[in-house]
Amino acid sequence: MKIINKKLINDVGGVKITQLDIISPDIASKALPGQFVMLMASEKGERIPLTLVNADKDKGVVSLIFQEAGFTTKSLGKLNPGDTLYSLVGPLGHPTEIKKFGKVILVGGGVGIAEILPVARALKEAGNHIVTILGSRNKDLLILEDELKSASDQVYIMTDDGSYGRKGFTTDMLKELLSKDKYDLIYSVGPIPMMKRVALVSKEYNTKTLVSLNALMVDATGMCGCCRVTVSGEVKFSCVDGPDFDGHGVDWDELEKRNKVYSLQEKHICNLFPAL
Amino acid sequence: MKKEPVKVKEANAEIRVGNFQEVVQGYSEEEALLEASRCLQCKNPLCSSGCPVGIDIKKFIFHITQKDYQAAYLTIKEKNNFPSICGRVCPAEYQCRKACILTKKGSPFASEQAINIHFLERFVGDFGKNNNLDVPQDNQEKVSQFKVAVVGSGPAGLCCAGELARKGVKVDIFESLHKTGGVLRYGIPPFRLPWDVLDFETNYLKKLGVNFNTNFLVGKAKTLKELFSQGYAKIFLGLGAGVPSFLGIKGENLCNIYSVNEFLTRVNLMSAYKFPEFHTPVNIGKNVLIVGGGNTAMDSARVALRLQKINGLPLNTTVIYRRTEMEMPARRLEIEHAREEGIKFEFLVQPKEFIGDEKGFVKKLICLRSKLGEPDSSGRRRPVIIEGSEFEIDCDLSVIAVGLKANQILINATPELKTDKYSDLIVDPESMESSIKGVFAGGDIVGGEGTVIEAMGMAKKAAKAIIGELTRKGE
Repeated sequence: MKIINKKLINDVGGVKITQLDIISPDIASKALPGQFVMLMASEKGERIPLTLVNADKDKGVVSLIFQEAGFTTKSLGKLNPGDTLYSLVGPLGHPTEIKKFGKVILVGGGVGIAEILPVARALKEAGNHIVTILGSRNKDLLILEDELKSASDQVYIMTDDGSYGRKGFTTDMLKELLSKDKYDLIYSVGPIPMMKRVALVSKEYNTKTLVSLNALMVDATGMCGCCRVTVSGEVKFSCVDGPDFDGHGVDWDELEKRNKVYSLQEKHICNLFPAL
Repeated sequence: MKKEPVKVKEANAEIRVGNFQEVVQGYSEEEALLEASRCLQCKNPLCSSGCPVGIDIKKFIFHITQKDYQAAYLTIKEKNNFPSICGRVCPAEYQCRKACILTKKGSPFASEQAINIHFLERFVGDFGKNNNLDVPQDNQEKVSQFKVAVVGSGPAGLCCAGELARKGVKVDIFESLHKTGGVLRYGIPPFRLPWDVLDFETNYLKKLGVNFNTNFLVGKAKTLKELFSQGYAKIFLGLGAGVPSFLGIKGENLCNIYSVNEFLTRVNLMSAYKFPEFHTPVNIGKNVLIVGGGNTAMDSARVALRLQKINGLPLNTTVIYRRTEMEMPARRLEIEHAREEGIKFEFLVQPKEFIGDEKGFVKKLICLRSKLGEPDSSGRRRPVIIEGSEFEIDCDLSVIAVGLKANQILINATPELKTDKYSDLIVDPESMESSIKGVFAGGDIVGGEGTVIEAMGMAKKAAKAIIGELTRKGE
């Protein structure tokens, strides 16, 4: 649980994205793409889930990438090499299904780009043709472009302001691709509104779509039900039934509302500790 | 002259709802002596037959009357590793006290006149804790060369580990959470079971050489096969029943509707009642509805009430239960405590649908009234809905406490583990060995939701079988 390396991936315009490499041989030896860990930054901390971005079995090191968004991710960003996490457990959740699907589109938005990286690498290795669409607000906020380029056959970049790649949403490009050609799978990770739009677009083209959901969790072993989501009319627990689900079945509005259940406390605790 | 039962001191209800400190204060020495002197020392005592682990109750109470508390402690410890815990959480009114000769025949639970065995047990357990009484280790060379993996650090796991370690077996406990104790930590609130009591028992295991590996999820980080290949001779599974049941009604995923496990875990394990000092939040309701009639319903109701008090809100927490008070599975003491604290009860009420506001937060519960019909398979009279009885209750936070099912992660990862229709593990009832040779199990993962003492009973059986096999192997 000791941090051995910290890399500031991005720090522009108030958006801070950090990578931590953490010693955890047990998790590293078992982690598969799509799985996540639960961690606590300190003894009084909250338990939060983070997707495993990389697992180096030989070195026994796992890598996590997170954007400082709330109190806990900000506290996490304050940790340095040599510091130890209070708690780290994993690998959790089902791994993403990796096999030869054929032609696959990966859609990553914001820090979700980090989470599609291990899946991109594994799907590529399984012999799929990988087309990746990356979305960010502007050029400066785009992360892991080179890494995804080497894991993909084609990469399209979309920025909200047009400062890099093409101007527009990831879904604009997705629509364009789907209207020209047939794809076998779409895999998407990013902000809920983006994944929701991806699922809407891909449904029109009847293309299988998996999304990795970021529901709130406490124990993440199926014991609390905090992360329950409705998928195709059935209640599922993201932690043990997911985190990947059929994007066409997800009740996005419910997920979006449930993820805001503590927004007042979040504001309060961040105001209390402005130094973070 | 017949002596009246000695009442146990309790924290004042108005004050205690403003904190998480222990409610029951326990007997003083004088009180314990007085209560112990009420015991008739029956020639053929019935009480022990009501104890799932068969404590020699008559004997330990006799030792109390002789002021030989150490002997009383050792008597209990022969059968029960954790008297301070069981003396606090055992549903004695359904067990030893119900069997006590002073309980009226045919009574569904103990009469008031029955000896307060649990309070005496607690007195003795706390005496042992406060005086650091250790049970002498009974190291057996034949088994001390082996190591055993115990999965889960709840009541079953702790008990099995203790039994094995006392014989000299090397024990490694694997716990997926960051703290030990399982349901004793995340489920039972500190006002019923203070953490220092739990810590004392886990520290005792550490002294016996038991090694605790927290943050380790067996089934994900390691399979059972891998544990065996790491040199563990046997494995004990005390996985627990932590999967919450929901009602399956409309609107149940609205914000501020918690499973009882989530609500209690946030508050107990994560100390959300101390937010923002502790960083895990929990929402506080103005009109809180708890659905269910068991101990977890009582616990979450009393937690919700404390959160209201601590946050300066008027106390308004209601338990709704589809049967009547008589059929409630909760300990009578907890129902009494809840009522004293100001919890309201609505009996013969069934939830039908939660209604939310535009932001997705719950604001109302639509309910139906019911009446009691014929007894069902549990022997309790089945609630029957009264047509046209629909009504609404204001509700901005609800906790669903309608039962828990077996934890599934390890079972799903191990197809060779056979389960029954409730997804509980199937074991040999004598040895507690599962369908995999060398893998034993006990606690809620075997019997479904039960009590701490029942879990310990199973764990002891398993430990005995493990010791037996290791002894033969070591010869």
